Amino acid sequence: MHEVSLIESLIALVEQERDKQLFARVTTIRLKVGALGPAEPEALSFCFDAVAAGTIAEGSRLEIEIIPGEGWCADCCTSVPLSERFGACPICAGGRVRMTGGDVLRLADLEVE
Amino acid sequence: MCTVCGCEAINVDFDAHAHHHAEERLITIERDILSKNNAYADANRRRLRRAGVFALNLLSSPGSGKTSLLVRTITALKARWPIVVIEGDQQTSNDAERIRQTGVSAIQINTGKGCHLDAHMVGHAMESLPLERGGLLFIENVGNLVCPAAFDLGEACKIVVLSVTEGEDKPLKYPDMFAAADLMLLNKSDLLPHLDFDIDACFAAALRVNPALQILTVSARSGDGLAAFYAWIAERVALGPA
Repeated sequence: MHEVSLIESLIALVEQERDKQLFARVTTIRLKVGALGPAEPEALSFCFDAVAAGTIAEGSRLEIEIIPGEGWCADCCTSVPLSERFGACPICAGGRVRMTGGDVLRLADLEVE
Repeated sequence: MCTVCGCEAINVDFDAHAHHHAEERLITIERDILSKNNAYADANRRRLRRAGVFALNLLSSPGSGKTSLLVRTITALKARWPIVVIEGDQQTSNDAERIRQTGVSAIQINTGKGCHLDAHMVGHAMESLPLERGGLLFIENVGNLVCPAAFDLGEACKIVVLSVTEGEDKPLKYPDMFAAADLMLLNKSDLLPHLDFDIDACFAAALRVNPALQILTVSARSGDGLAAFYAWIAERVALGPA
């Protein structure tokens, strides 16, 4: 499950911030996770507590904002919502849709003390 | 319970509450979670470029014939290029042993519970390999069609290996890997007469997720199609790292 190593990378980012911004405790970690991206939000939440134990992130709350999938349909010449990365256009059912959003995996902000 | 923020403090007057929360702050970060891996990958890429070594990352599900393909490829190409290999598996050094029998240097990385190679592991493995100018580095990733797609290792190109004993709709079921690849090798073509594998449907599925994907049909067993693969490597090496 690669969500474990993604959470480890996330905690490493938080530790880097602690070294720069000098805080003692993190109360909330907010992520932006794209619906079409490489990580499953439920799997991230599932392993978070176990991976965070003994680190600066122990006891903090993980909040995940899901960024919806979006694409550009070359036939309709418009942005369309996309539920699958290589899905068809929901308007014309054509296949010429290029994903334009919804694949992020980003640490947005931290609440710290 | 505090009605301002939901904290557990009780009997706090407003001033005390303000004081209690004075040290809380919000820090905006907006950094990619894979940025740490990507930084290692960039370092690997710079190091490979300085050393003049062209790196190829081989990806597939387990059992697609990556190692057999690599053994045959190395045997054919080792007189032409200095070759070194990094092998990724959860356990055992069996694959590195097989590669070493061809006479080239190979390092085995065991990822333990990990399901993919990351750029940090590969950077350390590179320290133990003789990187000769003008040479090739093959990285055989952990057999897994999911996670390795997200982890840049610093390679010049990604090659996904699919075998005809898998379903022709694999590219649609595991699109990230095929979307990230530069070349797809459809392996075990010697078995095609015994199977109902629809090769056209497979190509269509792969091209749907990645219209720029190049595809070659090969057999690591019979050697069919491998000349085209070697020509592809020569062409990419001549172009240099992207």
